[in-house]
Amino acid sequence: MKCLFSLLFGLVSVFNMSAFAQETAPDELVKNVTEEVFSIVRQDKDIQSGDTKKIIELVNAKVLPHFNFQRMTALAMGKEWNKASSDQKKRLAEEFQTLLVRTYSNALTGYKDQTVRYKPTKMPDGDGDVVVRTEILQAGGKPVQLDYSLRKGPDGWKVFDMVVAGVSLVTNYRDTFTQEVRANGVDGLIKMLADKNRQLEAGKK
Amino acid sequence: MRNLLILALFVAATSMTGCATTANNPRDPFEGFNRAMFSVNEGLDTVVKPVAQGYDAVVPDLIKTGIGNFFGNIADVWIAVNNFLQGKITEGASDVARVLVNSTVGVAGLIDVASYLELEKHNEDFGQTLGKWGIGEGPYLYWPLIGPKNVRDTFGFAVDSSVDPLGHMHDVRARNTLTGVHFIDLRASLLPAEKVIEAAAFDKYNYIRDAYFQMRRNAVHDGNPPPEDDDEDEIEE
Repeated sequence: MKCLFSLLFGLVSVFNMSAFAQETAPDELVKNVTEEVFSIVRQDKDIQSGDTKKIIELVNAKVLPHFNFQRMTALAMGKEWNKASSDQKKRLAEEFQTLLVRTYSNALTGYKDQTVRYKPTKMPDGDGDVVVRTEILQAGGKPVQLDYSLRKGPDGWKVFDMVVAGVSLVTNYRDTFTQEVRANGVDGLIKMLADKNRQLEAGKK
Repeated sequence: MRNLLILALFVAATSMTGCATTANNPRDPFEGFNRAMFSVNEGLDTVVKPVAQGYDAVVPDLIKTGIGNFFGNIADVWIAVNNFLQGKITEGASDVARVLVNSTVGVAGLIDVASYLELEKHNEDFGQTLGKWGIGEGPYLYWPLIGPKNVRDTFGFAVDSSVDPLGHMHDVRARNTLTGVHFIDLRASLLPAEKVIEAAAFDKYNYIRDAYFQMRRNAVHDGNPPPEDDDEDEIEE
């Protein structure tokens, strides 16, 4: 009996350890997070009727940990990113994070009874980037393509781009950000982002 | 839709005079003119949007779906032609099958039975076909009523409109009614995206323009655009 117990214990701990060591594959990660968020939204009347504060809390808790905002900001700024000091980079990423979380949350409040289809993901050979392709299906409408780009980091796969119907929510800012940095410097862009976030926070357009 | 195009061209032509160029984007050399047209549309939209919002709020989802399907079924005929023109025989054949199934079993297109049969709806138009044939985009233009179109897509839209069966209906009243419903239905379908753009954009004109470039590029390549010449390698995190 004792032998059996130790065997069981051993099996359980081996299983636990392997589960711990084995990180979630990118396509699985996207699916898990999407399904979890959508199932919460589906049941929450406040979110459906546009409770921004509540949905932002949800996005902050469930989605944000899987995003790499530093990389997103770099991608949005293109070459201008290299002009920023490490302190400026930190501030840029913080402000851009606030803006993107709000944009994403805004999109979620429009969510009604759509379902998501997950397309097969082609994994890279090495540690390259992965694009996880999904489609939002809605009755009566064309399916909307929604792709996530992920890169593997020290703590698992992180999303660094979201592409809706071919439009990257990140690189769509590149021209605007580039212009701002060229006109008013990196601090000008930080201020522009901060002003925008304050405006949105105040509930204005 | 053809009437719409003529009207759009008319408004554009009458306001071409005194068009200042304030371009700072090489793909948008007529930015001054485009921004003026953008304001015209935003002005018109103060009337159109409330109608679309009312339509969206009052009409039950089931009916809206039916209306979307009805126009979608008519569009599928031309989508099939464009797939054939692009050499995508399988997709074109699937579109033909969609029209056959939806026009019959789907009650004149009101129910999209074909999608349940895994015959996927495609997004094609003549502008995409021209793009596939290697024709360049040309400068960006912002038209009254019909909105953003590069030169290639403007031409594509003209061809799309000229073959639209709605435009060839003899019953003028029915034609105008259908065109009106189609327009409002289209506007209503843009409401969720618009809400996101309003929050995300620093400058709505810029945001829509840059999104338009990406969106059309993606559409021409059927969702798999080749990577752009990017300076990504030079970016350090």
